[in-house]
Amino acid sequence: MSTPTSTPTLPRHVDEPTGDDAVEPDRPWQVIVWNDPINLMSYVTLVFQKLFGYSRDKATKLMMDVHTKGRAVVTHGTRERAELDVFRLHEHGLWATMEQA
Amino acid sequence: MARRLVRRLRSGRYKLALTDDERDVLRALPGQLIELLADGTDPSLRRLFPPAYHEAEHAGQEAEYQRLMHDDLTRRHAEALEVITATVDAGEVDTEQLHGWLRGLNELRLVIGTRLDVSEETFDRELDPADHDAPALALYAYLGWLQEHVVEALSG
Repeated sequence: MSTPTSTPTLPRHVDEPTGDDAVEPDRPWQVIVWNDPINLMSYVTLVFQKLFGYSRDKATKLMMDVHTKGRAVVTHGTRERAELDVFRLHEHGLWATMEQA
Repeated sequence: MARRLVRRLRSGRYKLALTDDERDVLRALPGQLIELLADGTDPSLRRLFPPAYHEAEHAGQEAEYQRLMHDDLTRRHAEALEVITATVDAGEVDTEQLHGWLRGLNELRLVIGTRLDVSEETFDRELDPADHDAPALALYAYLGWLQEHVVEALSG
């Protein structure tokens, strides 16, 4: 993890940030679910309710956004939180990715 | 067809009303996919392992994410399939096991659907029995039908 620490002594070795790891820690991450032709609409709605505790109405609306717009933001938060949500969505076979807002 | 494949019992458990033929299929398929997962090279597995970071600028994080999470995800996929194999002959499952069925059936559909390259329009027309893919399409449709019943039972 590249988060700066408040320890008074300098570490002996510092990992240099690489070009493709350019993360701005202050910007929240959003988790996106993409449309796909295989997952059932009823299943996607149930997964949103189960994983995120959303009401049936909210889960249905998000599922319809995925279906009609091609993608929808389903959660957002820290990078660690987003990675966990992405993993749980992958566990359920949904096509989920994350990006900074 | 009004047959209810999955019914919630008073005990809170769920009854799976499957025929012998259906049980034969559901006994065989999960084990085949578990073998594919263990091998890990079959391209039709790709929908089970989407990228987490889709933007090129985060390629480093994506590689790190896959390094840390890929084996866990493989195991979680296999566990769901093992629930189906372990309970298909019991005919009755608890809620947690039914969630295993839900994920396992979805994994089977993702792999078969990827192999068949299904689209939103695939089932707009009737199946042509002469089509080389007809048996696999029928299997894919059956698994979707069964999964709908599982979703319905868990949503009720």
